[in-house]
Amino acid sequence: MRYAMAMDTAKCVGCSDCVVACQTENNVPIGFCRDWIVENVEGTYPQLEMEIRSERCNHCENTPCVRTCPTGASHVIEGGIVKVTHDECIGCGACIQACPYDARYFHPDGYVDKCTFCDHRVAEGLDTACVSVCPTHSLTFGDLDDPQSPISVLLRERKWKTLVPEAGTQPQVYFLI
Amino acid sequence: MKEELFVSGRNIPNIDPVLHVWHWHIPLYLFLGGLAAGLIFFATYFYVSGKTDKYPTAVKIAPVIAPFAIAIGLIALILDLKHTPYFWRLFTAFRLESPMSWGAWTLGVIMPLSIVWPLIYIKDMIKYFQFGSPRITAILKWIDNLLENVSILKWAMDLARKYQMAIAWALFFMSIILGVYTGILLSAFNARPLWNTSILGPLFLVSGLSTGAAAVMWMSRHHFEQKQFSRFDLMLVGIEIFLIIHMFMGFNASTQVQQQAAAMFLGGEFTAVFWGVFFTAGLVVPALLEIMELFGYKVPVFIPAFLILLGGLIFRFIMVDAGQITRYLY
Repeated sequence: MRYAMAMDTAKCVGCSDCVVACQTENNVPIGFCRDWIVENVEGTYPQLEMEIRSERCNHCENTPCVRTCPTGASHVIEGGIVKVTHDECIGCGACIQACPYDARYFHPDGYVDKCTFCDHRVAEGLDTACVSVCPTHSLTFGDLDDPQSPISVLLRERKWKTLVPEAGTQPQVYFLI
Repeated sequence: MKEELFVSGRNIPNIDPVLHVWHWHIPLYLFLGGLAAGLIFFATYFYVSGKTDKYPTAVKIAPVIAPFAIAIGLIALILDLKHTPYFWRLFTAFRLESPMSWGAWTLGVIMPLSIVWPLIYIKDMIKYFQFGSPRITAILKWIDNLLENVSILKWAMDLARKYQMAIAWALFFMSIILGVYTGILLSAFNARPLWNTSILGPLFLVSGLSTGAAAVMWMSRHHFEQKQFSRFDLMLVGIEIFLIIHMFMGFNASTQVQQQAAAMFLGGEFTAVFWGVFFTAGLVVPALLEIMELFGYKVPVFIPAFLILLGGLIFRFIMVDAGQITRYLY
């Protein structure tokens, strides 16, 4: 089992529905979010190009956040999902410093919070909240170990990139281009 | 060439910019930890090499600062935690890969031993503080009285004196780990390019040792010892300058993000404070004053000592602040 997500940059319109769905599903405190939209506009007018991405924790294969955690609060569960045990977290911030994607934040209650790939929904066979609401179907969640899963097929058929592969984290959120 | 006209990026007010996860607590702790490491290193080194009589201040008096420095540093560390009530979780796990875990356990061992060490020399300290500090002398005499008259404390101190050589060796190695750890803590984060260089370990160790030497130099009342420590300090500052130049050479020969990290110090926003305040006022000027003293000029010892200590503190503030700004851009 290796959970991963594919995000189609050609389909995303940046509506932020994924962000709101996550905040609602996971009771994310107001002003914070576990996933977010990035709009990159590059070029010189009038030759411009834009890429919109829905980003979240990359649930890396090689996890600097788990490595630097002094208490073991940050850990990897089945399927490669990176999670934080709240009452083991001391709020030292080491994992926040270690993440090249800035995917973690301090919850107002003090512990570090982040995307869980909606493991509570996935355990029931559902999609993650963000995937389930995406109106343009630009998000795909699934198991990379199953060669017939929709995400495996997509990654075989389409060109993709990952974010900051040079950081050596082996991120598991793939951006279709 | 593609020019970046406009990047909206992400806009999450409570998360972006994440630059300031660590505030004043961490650099202050790194300074105090380095200072304590330096003081304990010199005390135990000269003790195990049998030179206690040649360097009485370094072995007997100066280490009294170490437990206070570590204690204040620990308070700063605990204040820095956002989930403070759970800080004890540090001591229910040992994580081999996490430098912070190493640090917590190192401090847990070094803290009690660093209290025992000056207590062994409490009579010498009473003599040292006798003139000039009646209040400290009174406190020391009260503690000495306790150690003499409470049987369990007396037993513990006899035990400590009996095994002082073992304690010295343990503290010696722990002080090196503590000194290196203050740098390794930062270099473990490959997401922050400025920190992600293994040279920070030796650099912070040498800087810590030099602040320790400066403190001994300041406290010493023996001409020979003062002069020797001025020489040690001069040598350490030389190594530190060498390591700093190496660090920037390494950055400039490395990836783009590390070149950008170095650029903050080579023309960017940290240029003035790093080269002007830390490098010049905190390393070069005290080194020159120490050289002048070696050639026989009279320089009040507290000036180079104070500059070295201040430079060490500023260095850590710069490294922690600047490191959090550097990141991978994508």
